[in-house]
Amino acid sequence: MSDITDISLQEAQSLEERAQFVRLETIRLIEIAKVGHYSSVFSCAEIFSALYYDVMSISDDPKWPLRDRFLMGKGHAAVGLFPVLADLGYFPKDWLDSYTRLGSPLGDHPDMRKVPGVDFSSGSIGHALSNGVGIAMGGRMQEQNFDVFVMLGDGEMQEGQVWEAAISAANHKLSNVIAIVDRNGYQLDGKVDDIMAIEPLDEKWRAFGWEVHEVDGHDIVALTSILRRVKADKMREKPCCIIAKTVKGKGIDYMETEPGWHLGYLSPEDSEKARQTILNTRISGDPQ
Amino acid sequence: MNTKTNLTPESWQYRDLNERTPSLSVMADTLIELADQGYPIAAGTADLQHSNGLVKFANAYPDRFVQFGISEQNMVSAAAGMATTGMIPYVATFASFLGLLTCEQIRMDVAYCAQPVRLIGHHTGISMGFYGTSHHATEDISTMRAIADLTVVSPADGAQFRQLLLESANYPEPIYFRIGRGHEPAVYSENEQFQLGKAKVHGMGSDITIIACGMAVHGAKEAVAELNKIGYSAGLIDMHTIKPLDEAAVLEAVNHSRIILTVEEHNILGGLGSAVAEIMAENPGKARLKRHGIMDEYALISPPQRLYQHYKLDGLGVREIAEALL
Repeated sequence: MSDITDISLQEAQSLEERAQFVRLETIRLIEIAKVGHYSSVFSCAEIFSALYYDVMSISDDPKWPLRDRFLMGKGHAAVGLFPVLADLGYFPKDWLDSYTRLGSPLGDHPDMRKVPGVDFSSGSIGHALSNGVGIAMGGRMQEQNFDVFVMLGDGEMQEGQVWEAAISAANHKLSNVIAIVDRNGYQLDGKVDDIMAIEPLDEKWRAFGWEVHEVDGHDIVALTSILRRVKADKMREKPCCIIAKTVKGKGIDYMETEPGWHLGYLSPEDSEKARQTILNTRISGDPQ
Repeated sequence: MNTKTNLTPESWQYRDLNERTPSLSVMADTLIELADQGYPIAAGTADLQHSNGLVKFANAYPDRFVQFGISEQNMVSAAAGMATTGMIPYVATFASFLGLLTCEQIRMDVAYCAQPVRLIGHHTGISMGFYGTSHHATEDISTMRAIADLTVVSPADGAQFRQLLLESANYPEPIYFRIGRGHEPAVYSENEQFQLGKAKVHGMGSDITIIACGMAVHGAKEAVAELNKIGYSAGLIDMHTIKPLDEAAVLEAVNHSRIILTVEEHNILGGLGSAVAEIMAENPGKARLKRHGIMDEYALISPPQRLYQHYKLDGLGVREIAEALL
């Protein structure tokens, strides 16, 4: 009998293609803005893909009350989320072409008032887990059984409010809150552990009353599998944190190795090279 | 009920607060009333359920009450999240923390996201008396007023607070309520009606019209009565909604009176006085303006009534300020 955590080759291929799509669209949209957070998206492209194309219960209606929610503390990765929401049909794809232009609903950070499918606005780092805690509380008050996925940056772990939210989620036994830390190791000014060390991160979350898992955030099979497992676990009485070990700028070698790519711009020529690099990256099932 | 033994009846402790100050219960009683009517009311506080009386709501609707502990920022952001699910959250804590510590959460998560959260900053102004500056809130009107799409309300007494709370259940926008500590003398009768955004005009005076909000309305009303008694023509506007400001009421007063005196339990910078000054500067009329309140300083400590005397926010003090202008 197959387990829900078994990911077929076909599923893995499809999810990897969606992650590739997120990276390619990010490059395209940042060409419009001429500045953007490539590397912040590249570290969490698989997280977007696994959640929106496999794990979360969503429907064609972005306002379906019983949908699973997705929030992100690292709102600056919105450029990678918008193509997904357009792909799901939540708003017309040609909105993407207006990215960051005057009056566009789509800016560097996600705006729930303007973008269908954005479950909560963000941009001020440290709020999202609290927002998610409140959503989970509101759902519980109305006996709605949805899950709340909150993706957090690892630099975000330095914000005090994250830990206020963490302690409250555990205290109120919000087992349907699932935090995902995009542990890509870098923040704006440099390496997270040089700027303000956050390790041992797993122990911190455990000490705050959370169940903790660690996973390779680019291994789509492992990532999707653990997300499916924690979503399906209805016995858990505590919130759950998944620390996704990721690489900032994943997929583009110079972004992976050189600090400083938190914010940047690739000329049309370099964008094209980056596109080709991503298209040539092996995905599951490709010949070795 | 007190279960303390071996103590004289005059002794009391924190959990008796709600019984000792029945007007503290206005908030909880009104929220219970709304929840009973079927509104999806939720309430939350940050370790102050006896100070603000929400303990009554917690007892009536335990599943809809959230104790956030001492984490005000988490409370505000969570309330905004909760509102997206269809609940109407009322979250309350000391105004000094709500209006300053959580200012950014209010801007980003509540107002910018247009969530119908009701923020209740209680023990505002200098009503915390000798607890000192950390517990005084003389900047909250200013910070909240600068946040777009946020309605700012400062009721004069419990009856007005109750009416405006009832109205808030159907109000589409987020609201910041600024209330006292439940000891405010009554200005209004139980069933008087008020409307958010519409000033309560008690009368226009050709000599002076006082525009006041919050606890200052009581003193201003006394002062106006005295001034009229001694031959002046004095009027009073209770500007319970500071934003959106009832500009028409201000302009009417500006064209009717020689002097406009604003009175507020707040720094004169950024509060009601500033809001009125902005209107007057752009719409010159015959009146001149005097702002009265806390004069951009940190208040002394003392029991609150003594502070109100000292800062001339009681009837006698407001009268003195007014007479000096006349």
